[in-house]
Amino acid sequence: MKRNPKEQEASHGKLTRRSLVLGGLQLAFVGGLAARMRYLQVDQADQFRLLAEENRINIRLIPPTRGDIFDRNGIILAQNTPSYRVTIVREDAGDVDAVVTALNRLIPLDGEDLERAMAEMRRSPPFLPITLADRIGWDDISRVAVNAPALPGITPEVGLTRVYPQGPDFAHVVGYVGPVSDYDLSKIEDPEPVLRIPRFQIGKVGFEAKREELLRGKAGAKRVEVNATGRVMRELDRREGQSGADMQLTVDADLQGYVQARLGNESAAAVVIDCDSGDIRASVSSPSFDPNLFVRGISVADYRALTQDEYRPLADKTVQGTYPPGSTFKMITALAALEEGLVGTEDTVYCPGHLEVSGRRFHCWKRAGHGHVDLENSLKQSCDVYYYDLALKVGMDKISAMAKRFGLGVRHDLPMSAVARGNAPDRQWKSDVHGQDWLVGDTVNASIGQGYMLASPLQLAVMSARLATGRAVTPRLIKSIDGVEQPDGAGESLGINENNLRVLRRAMYAVSNDRRGTAYGSRIIADGYRMAGKTGTSQVRNITAAERAAGVIRNEDLPWERRDHALFVCFAPYENPKYAVSVVVEHGGGGSKAAAPIARDVMLEALYSGTPPLASYPKKDRNRIQAQQERLQRERPARGSYGNDRA
Amino acid sequence: MSYLEYNAKFTPTGLNKIFYLNWPLMLLLIAVAGVGFLMLYSVAGGSFSPWVEPQMKRFAMGMFVMLFVAMIPIWFWRNMAVLAYLMSLALLLAVEFVGTVGMGAQRWIDLGFMRLQPSELTKITLVMLLAAYYDWLPAQKTSKPLWVLAPVLFILIPTFMVLRQPDLGTSILLLAAGGGVMFLAGVHWAYFAAVIGAGVGLIVAVFESRGTEWQLLKDYQYRRIDTFLDPSTDPLGAGYHITQSKIALGSGGWSGRGFMQGTQSRLNFLPEKHTDFIFTTLAEEFGFIGGVSLLSLYTLIIVFCVTTALATRDRFSSLVTWGIAITFFLFFAVNMSMVMGLAPVVGVPLPMVSYGGSAMLVLLAAFGLVQSAHIHRPR
Repeated sequence: MKRNPKEQEASHGKLTRRSLVLGGLQLAFVGGLAARMRYLQVDQADQFRLLAEENRINIRLIPPTRGDIFDRNGIILAQNTPSYRVTIVREDAGDVDAVVTALNRLIPLDGEDLERAMAEMRRSPPFLPITLADRIGWDDISRVAVNAPALPGITPEVGLTRVYPQGPDFAHVVGYVGPVSDYDLSKIEDPEPVLRIPRFQIGKVGFEAKREELLRGKAGAKRVEVNATGRVMRELDRREGQSGADMQLTVDADLQGYVQARLGNESAAAVVIDCDSGDIRASVSSPSFDPNLFVRGISVADYRALTQDEYRPLADKTVQGTYPPGSTFKMITALAALEEGLVGTEDTVYCPGHLEVSGRRFHCWKRAGHGHVDLENSLKQSCDVYYYDLALKVGMDKISAMAKRFGLGVRHDLPMSAVARGNAPDRQWKSDVHGQDWLVGDTVNASIGQGYMLASPLQLAVMSARLATGRAVTPRLIKSIDGVEQPDGAGESLGINENNLRVLRRAMYAVSNDRRGTAYGSRIIADGYRMAGKTGTSQVRNITAAERAAGVIRNEDLPWERRDHALFVCFAPYENPKYAVSVVVEHGGGGSKAAAPIARDVMLEALYSGTPPLASYPKKDRNRIQAQQERLQRERPARGSYGNDRA
Repeated sequence: MSYLEYNAKFTPTGLNKIFYLNWPLMLLLIAVAGVGFLMLYSVAGGSFSPWVEPQMKRFAMGMFVMLFVAMIPIWFWRNMAVLAYLMSLALLLAVEFVGTVGMGAQRWIDLGFMRLQPSELTKITLVMLLAAYYDWLPAQKTSKPLWVLAPVLFILIPTFMVLRQPDLGTSILLLAAGGGVMFLAGVHWAYFAAVIGAGVGLIVAVFESRGTEWQLLKDYQYRRIDTFLDPSTDPLGAGYHITQSKIALGSGGWSGRGFMQGTQSRLNFLPEKHTDFIFTTLAEEFGFIGGVSLLSLYTLIIVFCVTTALATRDRFSSLVTWGIAITFFLFFAVNMSMVMGLAPVVGVPLPMVSYGGSAMLVLLAAFGLVQSAHIHRPR
């Protein structure tokens, strides 16, 4: 079939016209594409460049190094030591089970840890290192390192762990760190990003918790390039953080260790304060525990043992425990009366063994009574009736006000956990808290530190220091931060008549130096180191009239938790007070028997900065003291030996 | 029909034909393929494996196929049109039964030495059939309804078969290329107006029906449309591809971030970076200049095809060349629109640049037809 040339021409013409239309449309489309390209790549380039950078760059935090904690002589209380761990990267390991089995032959792995690691591995991307064993010894880590070629994907790594070389001695003062929990985060408003790092360690208790922010420091950051799955390709740059501040505490690790050993297994607390500066030289609560256990993650059994112990090892009794101060409060009652000018030092009160107040009989601890007593004799022999009489004359509000001037019923601002306020009650307090009127009987009870009166061992030590100096000595725990000395707590004068103070100090001197003093048995005979003190025995139960009639049951015959608390406060040297000490032995019985000997030993240890010469003890005690000193030397663990063993 | 109909006073013979090739078109194709090698080298992180080497081999094979097709006179191919069309329909049908599933769609037949994608082949055979049809049809019958219906069916049969795979991108390509050839053949414009009107009406209906009882699409399909219209609503899910692709393009800026310096592709933020989204890598690393350069190369390829189409007096040659030009145009236009966020992600590769066997081979064979038409044009 031959085609018609004319027809062919016509259809070709039409094709050409339609080609123009179609070509035009295509060209327009290409123009549109170019315009779109221009819009994205030229007009919006900056915005998209930014988005691309956001895509590829991740900010990773560099955790800061936690500050170290020292005692006043530079002995380490808390520090970071290298700890070794073994990690595995799934994608490098290949056959994970085989590698783990091989590793297990080299170093024994904990079954529980292993299970947790395996579960974590299944959840995470294959390139993320997972910890298989943490805090392992140098021997184990070197064994792993040597065999590394046979263990694909396994890396021995070095990290930092918090270690408390002094172990139990500073468990309460310094506290401990632990991995940050959701509960911790919920308490902090707007927590720092570094806290979101899994298992980041923060202070949980004690000084570690109270000065957390200073100790923690500031996190650094590094910018890393990541790919779409989050794998880090390389580090772009980094900004170093700021290490936590190194803290020097006022405590003396040697003294603290001695006191801890001296308190032994008693449920007791002792505080030593420097009268010149308010420095807390020792603050010991017994029994204690090893804080290193908590850093590792304490086992359920260990933890239950600690919480169920009736001696409450987890509580810091020095600041958290409050006790009726008992007779150690008598100085305050006396001062309130003296300052008001209501009694003279020579005035006497007759003590028949009890005092009748509004139909109720208040007993003196000595049933037979003390007869006619003046101020010094009443304190020396701890006559109760004398103080009942003073208190009735001066009134509770004056006594309470005086107590507060001496730091009782006042919360001392210390970086320690749960510092108690105690209680120095007045009329207003009772109607506020109990909704009842203050009774005369309440005043009588309070005058000898019973009833509503409550004080912590720390407050009693502060009280003693203030009695010794007449200044508002304020307790201080931090000596310096990063080498910068902190203001001391010497304090201004309390504005108490110096003569009145002198009378009281002399009376306290008599307590432990006069043959008839309640603490005569715990005197110091070294000249220039003489001690002034006051015993206290506070009841934790009511003695009924029937029991009184039948004869008060002796402490030794009571169950432990119903025995009296034994207390003793003191300062020395009498002529030029250097230290004030308070000792509370929970349910220890009488203050003169249970608390005063401890306080005396502690005082001597502080005064001599070490083991005191036997000559400072009364002659007849020396053999016993020597034996005790040797026993304590033997029993005290080598300093700084805690926390380095393998978990 | 024979050689004589062509009124060819002179036709080169034997290896002489080499000299009569459309050489500018040849060089343009080589240039575009070179761009492809460069980009595949880059996305592999500066390595010839895994993509550049096989791609080069395929290109060499494709060039051979192209020359082979070019050497054979165009009238032979015209005579083969019906057979080729039927064969590709048969292959499409075969895919239904023995096809290999990949990327969630049934598209391949594994021939052992290569994976055959019949839908790729259909793009060319459909164009060939339509060109042959209008070459055979007397001009005055072109716009008669019955004679319009026949090519419409030729187009719709493979379109629906491809749509079933499902391969939306290829279906659209088939539909548009077929329509384009019909338009060039001179079918009355009213038909096109009617179809376009109906299409617009359908789109309106689809959107209006949403949420009603007679909803036309499935919910996930609506969500896909939503994501296309505003990818920012789901940047990590459905809109991820488009968002990341736009970021890559945009961050390229005027002159790009430099060869192998594109962070989006190097760090794997880009999806399918060696296949459908390879243009984003080019645009990221060579910027606006690089993108426009490639677009210009493509445009020039179209221009040289159209020149060939208009230079020949043979109707089959004109229509088949134009049809191939339209197919080629649709390839890059849809792909670029897609990566620039102008069209939904439908799975159309960037011609001659994206990694992939069938598409490149079929395209080069198609350009073989163009070359044949050029060599054997009546002079």
